[in-house]
Formats: sequence, structure tokens, C-alpha cells
Amino acid sequence: MYTSGKYSSRGPALIPRMKTKHRIYYITLFSVVLLGLIATGMFQFWPHSIESTADWTLDKRSVHDAPLIRLPVSSPIPERGDLSCRMHTCFDVYRCGYNPKNRIKVYIYPLQRFVDELGVPISSTGLSREYNDLLSAISDSDFYTDDVTRACLFIPSIDVLNQNSLRIRETAQALAMLPRWDKGMNHLLFNMLPGGPPDYNTALDVPRDRALLAGGGFSTWTYRQGYDVSIPVYSPLSADVDLPERQPGPRHYFILSSQTAIHREYRAELERLKEENGEALLLLDKCSNLSQGAASARKRCYKGQVYDYPQILQESSFCVVLRGARLGQAALSDVLQAGCVPVILADSYILPFSEVLDWKRASVVIPEEKLSEMYTILKSIPHRQVEEMQRQARWFWEAYFSSMKAIGLTTLQIINDRIYPYAARTYEQWNNPPVVKWSSVNSPLFLPLIPPRAPGFTAVVLTYDRVESLFRVITEISKVPSLAKLLVVWNNQNKSPPEGEKKFKCPECTAIDGLSLDQTHMVERSECINKFASVFGTMPLKVVEHRADPVLYKDDFPEKLKSFPNIGSL
Amino acid sequence: MQAKKRYLILLSAGACLILLFCLGGIQVPLSRRGPSRPHDRRLSGYGPGARWRHMSGYLQPFSSWEQDRSDDLTEHISPRQKRDANSGLYTGKRCRMESCFDFSLCERNGFKVYVYPQQKGEKLSESYQNILSSIEGSRFYTSDPGQACLFVLSLDTLDRDQLSPQYVHNLKAKIQSLPLWNGGKNHIIFNLYSGTWPDYTEDLGFDIGLAMLAKASISTENFRPDFDVSIPLFSKDHPRTGGEKGYLKYNTIPPYRKYMLVFKGKRYLTGIGSDTRNALYHIHNSEDVVLLTTCKHGKDWQKHKDARCNKDNAEYDKYDYREMLYNSTFCLVPRGRRLGSFRFLEALQAACVPVMLSNGWELPFSEIIDWNRAAVIGDERLLLQIPSTVHSIHQDKILSLRQQTQFLWEAYFNSVEKIVLTTLEIIQDRVLLHTSRSNLMWNSLPGGLFTLPQYSTSLRDFPFYYAELGIKPPSKFTAIIHVVTPLVSQSQPVMKLLVAVAKSQYCAQVIVLWNCEKPLPAKHRWPATSVPVTVIEGESKVISSRFLPYNTIPTDAVLSLDEDTVLSTTEVDFAFTVWQSFPDRIVGYPARSHFWDSNKERWGYTSKWTNDYSMVLTGAAIYHKYYHDLYTTYLPASLKIMVDQMSNCEDILMNFLVSLVTKLPPIKVTQKKQYKETMMGQPLVPLNPSCQGTKQNSPSRWADPDHFAQRQTCMNKFASWFGAMPLVHSQMRLDPVLFKDQVSILRKKYRDIERL
Repeated sequence: MYTSGKYSSRGPALIPRMKTKHRIYYITLFSVVLLGLIATGMFQFWPHSIESTADWTLDKRSVHDAPLIRLPVSSPIPERGDLSCRMHTCFDVYRCGYNPKNRIKVYIYPLQRFVDELGVPISSTGLSREYNDLLSAISDSDFYTDDVTRACLFIPSIDVLNQNSLRIRETAQALAMLPRWDKGMNHLLFNMLPGGPPDYNTALDVPRDRALLAGGGFSTWTYRQGYDVSIPVYSPLSADVDLPERQPGPRHYFILSSQTAIHREYRAELERLKEENGEALLLLDKCSNLSQGAASARKRCYKGQVYDYPQILQESSFCVVLRGARLGQAALSDVLQAGCVPVILADSYILPFSEVLDWKRASVVIPEEKLSEMYTILKSIPHRQVEEMQRQARWFWEAYFSSMKAIGLTTLQIINDRIYPYAARTYEQWNNPPVVKWSSVNSPLFLPLIPPRAPGFTAVVLTYDRVESLFRVITEISKVPSLAKLLVVWNNQNKSPPEGEKKFKCPECTAIDGLSLDQTHMVERSECINKFASVFGTMPLKVVEHRADPVLYKDDFPEKLKSFPNIGSL
Repeated sequence: MQAKKRYLILLSAGACLILLFCLGGIQVPLSRRGPSRPHDRRLSGYGPGARWRHMSGYLQPFSSWEQDRSDDLTEHISPRQKRDANSGLYTGKRCRMESCFDFSLCERNGFKVYVYPQQKGEKLSESYQNILSSIEGSRFYTSDPGQACLFVLSLDTLDRDQLSPQYVHNLKAKIQSLPLWNGGKNHIIFNLYSGTWPDYTEDLGFDIGLAMLAKASISTENFRPDFDVSIPLFSKDHPRTGGEKGYLKYNTIPPYRKYMLVFKGKRYLTGIGSDTRNALYHIHNSEDVVLLTTCKHGKDWQKHKDARCNKDNAEYDKYDYREMLYNSTFCLVPRGRRLGSFRFLEALQAACVPVMLSNGWELPFSEIIDWNRAAVIGDERLLLQIPSTVHSIHQDKILSLRQQTQFLWEAYFNSVEKIVLTTLEIIQDRVLLHTSRSNLMWNSLPGGLFTLPQYSTSLRDFPFYYAELGIKPPSKFTAIIHVVTPLVSQSQPVMKLLVAVAKSQYCAQVIVLWNCEKPLPAKHRWPATSVPVTVIEGESKVISSRFLPYNTIPTDAVLSLDEDTVLSTTEVDFAFTVWQSFPDRIVGYPARSHFWDSNKERWGYTSKWTNDYSMVLTGAAIYHKYYHDLYTTYLPASLKIMVDQMSNCEDILMNFLVSLVTKLPPIKVTQKKQYKETMMGQPLVPLNPSCQGTKQNSPSRWADPDHFAQRQTCMNKFASWFGAMPLVHSQMRLDPVLFKDQVSILRKKYRDIERL
């Protein structure tokens, strides 16, 4: 009895010593449990695929299995975008509701393939790689909801990033067929390459009712301030090329122009600048001897000399970003990635995310007409600022340009900030690179106020058991005219606080008075400082060599005429 | 033993059951969710869980490189032609700077503003007169239309409400007859009220052509971004210059006041804009949310009166508006007939965080002010959420919102002059695009009016942003010695001073400003020092030349010195380390004070030893180089000429300027004690002969009895131009940490300061 009793208390060790009958019993029991678990696991996935086969195929995640929708010719077309739309007129805030997280919910329509009656798709590319990345990033984010009834913002899975690949009328019809379209209310479209020949509109030409447009290449005439979002044109080089961040500082070239399709008028202007200023300018063009294709996108030439693009961008302080047929240029992204300060010459262009980003700290905007003065203008910029802008440019790329995810989530955050303005991200959060966020000091009491004496101050006295010195402090401090209140924090668990004017005899007080000189005390405090500094990640304390004294402190001057004669008399 | 075994089995079986239940239990509601809301999910046949998933398989990129480039290349229209086409295309409601403004007018003479001469018989309202005189008093003003970049009418366009007595008739004809009108190009039109009962449109009743609007209560729909300027609605009592201070005198923590949210105002019952105020009673709780309306306005209010009017009116009379304003954390600013209302500026001044309920109002100076830092932008449609919204705002945020209201009020709103200057500066930033202020300069202390981008566009070059940018203030200074007496001997005080200053470990350069009529002494006559000494001749030998922004100053810190100043290297070293902690202020030695002389009803100046001070003499002071630029460009020529003619008061003016910017006193550091006379505020009179022909510049000016009287006059002249007294008193002197402490002198770093 004794031994088994001892074993039973040990639990599992018991099993090998058990009788066969018991062992079988246990094995059966565990198999049952195991089977049960497996069954539960199966049950979790099984019912879904039975309920909806359509969904199952979607889960296989192939574009070609998406349901095909045929658009009737007579299918309604939305109205052209209304230029007067603003959040308070064209956006339904009631769908966003009040929530403690102050975060909008975003729904993404499932993928469908739209074709016209003849079976021709509405888009030549269908779902692009970038739009797929964008939608996936949103669906993985906190904004996402799969519950259409809780959504505040709707994103169609119809890819309109590039207008060139779209059939305008049919795309518009497809949008209007979306089940929650409702005149485009609370719908968000992403477009990076708007317009088409010959006049290249600066906003997507697809009629879209009241839908919000996140567009790359808005001009001041098409951008509905506070409603649309201006986004960058994504550059595929962001993902393909790894350009390590370089320390800000002067570069080999002063100005670099690397775009290949510059209008001949402007190219002539740049050539003239090059003649005047020589080596400081590097004027690149595409390489005539290289075959077309992806490889040629990564090379630039000047008089037969071949340069790697975008690496060459890192060799210049300033990089020209000129408008082309469109205002938005993917080159802007490459330039920022290289930490080169963009010189933007695109009149009326609304810079990406200009609602929240302070481009004046990261770029130089010059009117197209002043292209010929570019060199002089850039030379007038102080070195310090060039360095600041180089750092800022790279940070903008990292945070807001580097991936479709960054672009998509920034767009949603901007819309979120409009709906919950009191919880909006601050200027500092948007614009300060991490290195500044860490080192910058922002006092919560930033207003320079010199408070009047009237409200006085409250004295808070922390005490343990040195009652005598406590009374001394109280007596002295209560003589101060500005004292409004005196608060004693009694920290002694063994004694209750003394009442009234009763005085305690405290024999050990004098002994403890020497506490601050105690060696172990100092060691402890040093340890504290080290611990705090490691938790803060930095040493926030600053050393100064000055001390504040009254103006006439220790001056050879009649004491009775001094405001604070007793200071330092101890 | 058997019992134990059975117990064990039961236990494990129980555990297994719980495990099963848990797994199943989570699953059950999940599988129930789909069918329970069948209609939600059955949109065009989408099944439940229609979650977006990353698509596999080959997908094309959204744009191919060749195709994009070919787009750019096929553009056959010349960009120049395109630009020209824009200016024809985008006019009227679509005006932008690019299409309706002639930048070339601003190129030759910079940003200059012309005000039309006032025509006879033309009456101007007081407010409009204030606007015009603010422009005429500013550094942008030109009386020559040929130099102007921007034109301002002398016809009163402020009140365009036809029912108003201030309404100017026949404006259309009057404007068309102006010879310089040019279709309104490069003109700016100020307006506070437009439209009238019942629809209050934003039309001014005349064709503004290509002119810009600086308008109050402008809606986002009519606002032409980067072209118009939204200005605040201000009353006719709004002071022209100076302006009242903000109400906040000290911060309280926690920042809550007696009321959470208040409003007191008219209710219009019917017509445009009445809905919002009519609905306010829903969230009024007469405790922390007190929203009061009265139906009484106009003669026939009784006619429109509704069921709530009597009760509302009675409640309305019970509360005092001022008491509520100053004792509330938030103040509701709902739209009236027009979008903007006086409530906005009132709340801002009272440090009561405005809660905007005015959908579609383009907030004042929205182009440059980040209103989310100082106000809560509500939505009229979500009125019922307002109480929970304001309650959800964290204490820290309230504290910062409140301080920001005060900063904005004093920086841009508290006088007509500030409103006008802000408007002009905004336009200047657009015109001189590459030297414009960043958002940070506009939205943090000391604000855009004191941050001149012509000085530098780099935040690092200003004394205000070191902490914000997380960088250390500069580690070197340049000494500028102002010399007005000829060199006669090597033992002259200026020689000693030069040597002492150059010895400082923080000194980068010494500049001798030769303001003496005698020719420059030969180079070898200056003592040899380890740092470079440059001698420059003062421009027209006037005293203001000591504050010119010389390019030859290589550092951000300047040590300004008079030639007769007596300083030791230790003193300079200490003062500079102090300045590094206060880089936006003047740090120096001899201090002076101002006071209000109630008998004479004017400001007084004293050099007596007192317990406080408000000025530090710039004959021995360290400050940021930026103040040289500000002194030269910000201050009006009239004050500088006055200073130059008297050869006096330049230091007072500099102290006024720096205190105006920082709203803080200068800093006095301790000085080695010298002769009794010097200490009593009568500096030594050097025995050197003065420069002939420069009587005014004579150093003996200190002994001149007129000198002191002049300084009194200066004080009052300056205060009247500034519109208020910017100087602030301080009772603090900064001494080295162990100064005069009972420890061995060998332990003290700056021991020379204590030695006599």
C-alpha cells in the first residue's frame, strides 16, 4: 500500500506499472479523445465547403476561377465625378459610426471577371500584380472587415490602376453593378495612371458617381481637396532594387536628370543648363544601343557611357522630376528611394499625400517656367537643408512609397483621419523620421507662460518617520506667502500620522539625517540611473553648469532692498 | 488506490470533454453566423466569408515600362503651349495661381503690395481702414504701382450684405473704371459678409474677375484652393495692432474646467443654417454640457416662435456668456446663417477649445494652420455624438489643444494687422515657392510671421526648433565688436576685450565693426589671436549696422560687444554655455528694466539696480544670428531711422523684438564685479579721443544727460509701434553652479568670475 500510494502521487509514472486491463482502458480512452479532436478539426473546415462551392474556388486563389459577369449593353453608367463633392456632401458618415478605436471598417468586393456581351473583358490586364498586393495588404490590416453591413468604406476589386488598359464605358458599367454601389457613395477607387491621349486628363476618366478617388497625378483642377487622396505612382523598382540608405551629405553630381521621356523643349533647356554648369549636372537619356525590355529600364546613357539606374540616383544631391504627359511620375519614387532630393517641375501637380506630408521639408518645387533658373535656385539652398531633405526624402519613400501596402494603408489612414479628426495622426507622426521621433523633445507644456503669483503653489512633503525634520519643513514652508496648500504624504506603515501640533521626540532622527551621504545609498541611486536609462533607451537628462539665483544674489547691495535676501544664508 | 485511479480517469475524461467543448464551442457560433444573416451575404451570390485573399498565379504588372514612356513621348503638344492654354481655360471659379496670377510682376521687386489712393467722397468702414493702414505700415507696402506684385482696392468690400448700412453701391462701375484693375489680375479683395437674407449666398454682387478673395465664412465649395484665403470673421472693435493676449495665464492639471461644453447664441428657427442650432437641445444637459439658445432676434421673432422658445429663452437668461466661456473646456462653434461666426475667435482667445459644427466651412487660414491641433472638427450630421466625442479626448490632448489655441490666437488672430499680415505672407509663400515656410514653421512657436523663410528655409538655421528636431544648439560663436573710437594705444579697452574674447574655447571668429570715420587701421595693429579677426566697415556708420545680417558671420551664435565692455574669457565661456540652454533668448550681462509710470501715463526706463529686469544690453550679450535678420527685415524703417539718428536705443529695440518673438524675458548671467560706478549703471567713460565728425557715435553718450531721456522716449515710441509692451520681467540671474558657495575655489570651474 505504501509504495503504490507513493507512486500514485507521481502521476504518469504510474502507467507502466499498471495492470494490462487498466492499460487497455487508458489507451482506449485516449484514442477516443484523439478521434474526437480530429473530428472537431475536420468539422471546422468541412461545412464551409459544403455550403458554398463558389467560395471554395475563391479560396484556391486563382484569378481565372473568379466568377464571370456579363455586362448587358444597356447596363447603367454612373455619372461623371462631381467636382463639388466633399466629405460632408458625398460621403455617408453614418456608415462609419462611433467606435472607441476610431477606426473605419473597409470592405473589399470579391473578385469577379467582367466581360461585355461578346465576352471581351473590360480590362486588358485584369487584376494586376500591384492591385492584388494592395487589396491583400488592406485585407490583412486592421481596417478590413468581411462583413459588408459593418463597412464604412468599400473597395471594388475592379482594377483601375492604369487607365490605358481599361475600356472606360464598360468599367463604369461594372462599377455600377456592384451590389452596394449606391451612386458610388463611400466607394474608393485607386488609380495611378489617369487619362489618355491626346490631352491626358489628370484624373481617371471612368465615370464614377460620388466615389472617392485615390489618384496619382491629380492637378489642382481635378483634385477635390479634402475628398480625393493624391497618391504616388508606384515604381516597380521599389521592390526589385535594394538601395541601401546613404548618409546625407554632398554627392558627386549636383543635379541629375534621369527621365527618358522628356519633352524636347525641356530637354533643350536642360542641355543649355548643362552647357553653363558643366560637370555639376548629369543629363541622362535612354540607351539607344540597348534592346527594349526590362533590362533597358535599368540603364541610362550619356554620350555612350552607360549608367545603372536607379543606382546612379544616389550619386546626386538633386534629381529632376519633370512632368511628362501625366503629372505623376514613377521616377519620383525612385528618386526618393535613392535619398536624392526631388526637384519637381510639374505645375499644378498635387504632390502625393500632400494632405498630411510636408513636402517643403523633402523636395524643391520649381515652376516649369523657371526651369532655366533651376541651378541658381538650388545653389541658394543651404547645405544643412539639403541634408535634412535627403534624409526626409528617404523616409517618405520608406514609410509611404515603398510598397503597394504602404500606399494603400496610408490612403486609408488619411481617410480615417478625416472621419475621426480628433483622433487623427499628428504632423509629427506623419513627418518625423524615426531618428527624429526618438531624439526630439516636445514639452507637454509648450506655451511660454509666466504664471502669476496669485494661485500660488501646493507643497507636497513626502515623509517617512523623521517627524522632527518634517515639522521643521512645515514650519519654514508655511511662512511662504505664495503657499496655497500643503500636502503631507505619510509613508510610514507602522505609525499613524501625528495629530495637530503635538511634537514627537525622535531619537533616531539625527542618525538617519545623514542618509544621503551614505555610501550604499549613492550606489543604489547610480544603479537606478542606469536602470532607467536602459529602460528609456536613452539618457534624457542633460547637464548644465548654471544655477538660477535672484538677480541681486550676493551682490554688494543693501540686503533690505533685495527681494530674496535670505537665500544662500544657510 | 482504486478510488484514486478512478478519480484520475474521471479527471482526464473531464479534461478531454472540456477540450472538446471548447473547440466545438468556438465553432458553433461561427457556423451559425452565416445563416443567421442570410441577406447580408447573399449579395450577387457571394457566400459567407467572402474574405479577400491574395491571388496566386501569374499576374501582369499594372504598367509596362515601354508603354508608359511612349505615353510621354507621344505628347506632341508643347508644355509651354499647354501652360498658356490653362490660363485661358481656368478662370472665374476655377482660378488658381497658375492660371489667374501674373508671377512676373513679383520678380523684379519682390513681394510688394500697392494700395489704391483713397478716392474723395468714398467712405471706408473702420475695419477696412484698419486693413489698409496695416498694409501701409508693413514692409510689403509700396506706393508705386509699377513696383507692385499685389494690388489692394481702396473701395470698401468688407460688407456685401445689401441690407447693411455699410453696403457700398455701384461697386461694379467703380471697380471697372480703375485704370490698374486689369481684369482683377493680382488683386486681392477682402470680404467679411456676403449675401443676405434669405439665402446668404457667397456672391459679392460684382464681378471680381481674376482677383483673389480674402473672405470670411467661405465654403469649401466656393473656396479656390491655393488662390483664395479664408480669413476669420472679426468685429469692428478688433484692435488694429497689438491685440489682446490670450486668456490662459497658467496651465491646470487635470485640464478640466467647470463645464465640458458650452454654447450661448441665437436660434433662427427657420431658413438656412437653422437646423444645427435648433437641434442643440438634444445634447444639452444643464450640467457639464450647457447649450443655450434664444429665439429673440429681429422684430418679428414671435411670429416664428416654436414650442420650445419660451423655455429656451428663460434658460438662456440664467447664464452669463463670459462666465461660461472662461469656465468651459470646450466651446461649441455651430454655424449661424453664415458658416463662420464670432464665437470662433472668442473661443480661441478664451482658451476654450472650439468644437466646430459648420460643415463645409473652409476654416481660417486653412492653407497653413493645422486646425486638428487646436480644435475639434465635428460634423453637423453627428451632433448626437459630440458629447461622447469630447469626453473621449484624453487630458494630455486637451492640454495641448488649449495651449495651441493661445499660440494661434496671438500669432495670427489677435489684431487686424496680424490677420492682414498672415494673409499677405500666405500669398508671398505661394509667389516665392521655393522659399516658403514649412507646415512646422506655421504651426509651432513662434509662428510664421516671425519665421522669415528669406533668411533660410532650413529649420536648423532658426533658434526655435532644436528640441523639436532633437539636435544640439551650435557649439561656437562669433564675436562682433562695435568700434567707434580710433585706435590710439595697445592698452585701449577694445584690445583687451578682443584678446579675452578670442581666447574663449567657443569662439570661432572675431569681427570688428569699424564704425569710426577714421580710416581702417593697418592689419598689424590688431593683436594676434588664435581665431581669425575680420575688420569690416559699417554701412554708412550708423548704429543699426551692428545688427546687419553679415554673410561673414560663420556661426549661428553672435556675441555682440561694445568696444568699452570689460569681460574675461571665463565670463564669456560661462555665458555661452548658458546660451546653449536658451538659444532663442538674449543672454548677457548688464540688465535694465522698464516700468509703467502711472503719473506720466507712459512707460519708464530704469538702469537702477533692481530686483528684476526686462532687458539685457546688447553691448555684451549672446543671441542667435537670426535676430540680426529679423531686426533688419521685420522692423519698420521708421524705427530704425529713429535709432540711427539718435545713435541710441538700438539695444532696447532688439530686446523688444526678441521678447515679442519669444514672449519671454532675456537672461542675465553673473558678471565679475568691477568699479562701483559701473555697477551703479554709469559705465566708464573712456578717456580716448572720439572719432571726429561722429559726435553721435561718441562713447561718451552714456554720460550725456539727454541719452537717458532719449531712452525713455524710445520705449514709448517702440511700444506704440508694437501696439503693446512685449517686454517681460525676470527675477532670475544665472550663476555658475558653485557660485559663492562655501567650497574650495579650486573645485569651481568658473572661479574667475568670483575673483575681484
